[in-house]
Amino acid sequence: MAETKSLIGTQNKKGQTYTDPWYMLNEAPRTPSFFTGSEVIKEAIRRASCDIMIAYPITPQSEAAALIGELFAEGYVGDYFRGESEFAVMSQCAGASFGGARVFTTTAGPGTMRAMENFPMWAGARLPIQMIVTCRGINSPLSIQPDTLEISYLLNTGMMVWHAETAQDFFDWILKGFIVAEEPDVHLPLALCCDGFFVTHTKDVVQLTPADMCLPPYDPYRSPVPCMDMECPPVRMMRDPFVMKSNYISYATHASWQQEVWAAVERSRKHAIHWLNGLIDAENTDADIMIVASGTAVSQGREAIRMLEDEGVRCGLVKIKTLRPWPTDEIREATKHAKHIFVPEFNVTGWLAKEIRATIPDHHRVYAGPHVCGGMTMPPEIIVSEIKTALGMKTFSLAGRGS
Amino acid sequence: MSKERIKISEALYDIMPTDYQDLVKSATYGKEDRGWKDIGTAKELIEQHSLCAGCPESMAFRYIMASLPNPEDTVMVGSTGCTSLVFPMVAVHNIHSLFGNQNAIASGLKRALSVRFPGRIKDVVVLAGDGATVDIGLDMTLQSWFRQEKFTTICFDNELYANTGGQESGLMQKGFVAKMAPVGKQFEKVRLPEIARESGCHYVVQCTVSKPSLVEKVVKNAVYVAREIGPTYLQLYTPCILEIGKNSMEGLQEMRDSEKPTERFAYKEFVSEPAKQLLAEIAAKEKERKAAAKQLTGQAQA
Repeated sequence: MAETKSLIGTQNKKGQTYTDPWYMLNEAPRTPSFFTGSEVIKEAIRRASCDIMIAYPITPQSEAAALIGELFAEGYVGDYFRGESEFAVMSQCAGASFGGARVFTTTAGPGTMRAMENFPMWAGARLPIQMIVTCRGINSPLSIQPDTLEISYLLNTGMMVWHAETAQDFFDWILKGFIVAEEPDVHLPLALCCDGFFVTHTKDVVQLTPADMCLPPYDPYRSPVPCMDMECPPVRMMRDPFVMKSNYISYATHASWQQEVWAAVERSRKHAIHWLNGLIDAENTDADIMIVASGTAVSQGREAIRMLEDEGVRCGLVKIKTLRPWPTDEIREATKHAKHIFVPEFNVTGWLAKEIRATIPDHHRVYAGPHVCGGMTMPPEIIVSEIKTALGMKTFSLAGRGS
Repeated sequence: MSKERIKISEALYDIMPTDYQDLVKSATYGKEDRGWKDIGTAKELIEQHSLCAGCPESMAFRYIMASLPNPEDTVMVGSTGCTSLVFPMVAVHNIHSLFGNQNAIASGLKRALSVRFPGRIKDVVVLAGDGATVDIGLDMTLQSWFRQEKFTTICFDNELYANTGGQESGLMQKGFVAKMAPVGKQFEKVRLPEIARESGCHYVVQCTVSKPSLVEKVVKNAVYVAREIGPTYLQLYTPCILEIGKNSMEGLQEMRDSEKPTERFAYKEFVSEPAKQLLAEIAAKEKERKAAAKQLTGQAQA
């Protein structure tokens, strides 16, 4: 059986020291670097003691997936290959995870949709795979531009779903994501989402942890379900296979296991609060007007708040970091004084606004918007305009929108 | 894993299920010359199954489980269908995840085991029906062969979708009338053995499971070649007696009829040059081992 005692303080074959994750991420010195989001993904995986990465080209994650290939060539990742489609890649990730490996992959938009059948299977099989989703539009019509609609399809898969705002979030959350996902009482896959291009293809200053420190390796024997490596004695698992049986015990087995998967999402809450310093960040929660958002819509909201302040309108901000687990109590608390809640989103359906409406009392306070989609940017001016219009304030005219 | 790993605490012995006690006492994990002849004298690695009475697939399952050369370090990958009714009763780790993705699962699994256990033998064997292998999963079947993934793919070819009630499949014979082929299947049985050869498989056999000794031989060869060289493929005729209108006791005869030299399941074999060499080496070693054993027996008697 593989070694299960602590490896902290020892070195891997690349000379990196397996480091206590809390020390590495919260106390170790950081170095500022000017990187694209894709390069940041590479730098996080360099430090993640990843066993296997499986890649497939789709814009806008192709660069990150290829950069991790370079890491493999340098010896930082145990194995790496290009699969034949996202459906196959996500199954290959599952196979590797069933076999006890720490597994990482990336996808986007149509790829997420093609692979969809795998995600509830990952969660049901309790595979702590980390998947980066660099959100882009979903066909039709064809679009390669940023759009967060695909996240809404992930919300009911049983995966944890986190939504990063910046490249810095991304760097930290990739590493923290493995830690939370692999907790024995969680042991679930994580979809770590960001808005494609805005995060992946723009450069930003990111504070990196030392390159000679890395996470301790994954220990598959802390899993709540058997690792499929024939290192533990096999048993005949059930008297009758419950698949396709029409009897009460088969329904009860399936039902209780689904409930357990969602209970595991729930149990990830305390770990996510610990590692992400809360499931939301909130500012000025005593303001009458609140902007509640996730991803890069938070950045645009922050800029809109600054513009409104110049005009004497005070507005607070909630940045939602985790969508699953959903920060119910946190959002209720942060919005309890708000008379008006605006939810800017990069998608056509406004799924985040729906989630918030379903969570808070007096949901008529929620304004679902502004929305942009299909790759349009969201200038802070349109958030300002949306807020002022809703409040009956005079606003400037935006081209093409009328007012 | 070795057989030493399978032990039961004495305090718990009497409450363990009988079949688990039997696994500990008399299963053939680690037995060097294990094979189909152990059936009936040793604990099989497949417990009672829930297939139809007389189903040739159940025979195939028993022969394969008896023949795996290294079950204590073999992980199997299945797919949805009748096989997924059996796998829960199999005493090696096995994975069911989705329908048709078995060769993708096996690709990731084999690579993970190679990363985690360098220098140790960890065999991976896929066992799925013809719908999973040839229709919905064909892309992943072929791509794993193109990539030269080192595991064995076994297809239980019953020439239709049995578990869903007898619908047309790609491996069905042309002209056969079935659900979803109301006027008879319009195109020929897909020639997957030939496609397997062209796709890079190093050992390909098509046969029926009428002879357990043959199943043992081809399963062992396929696993050895996959372990050392690259992908291997076995296509085994396991007729669905229910869907072709046969009785429980007629499965064996159906296979014997279909394996005649002029019939569609006549024995077919492709072996690559490196695989030929490997199998010759293994056969030579086996001969040596048997001779040595014979000599030892002779000495003991003398």
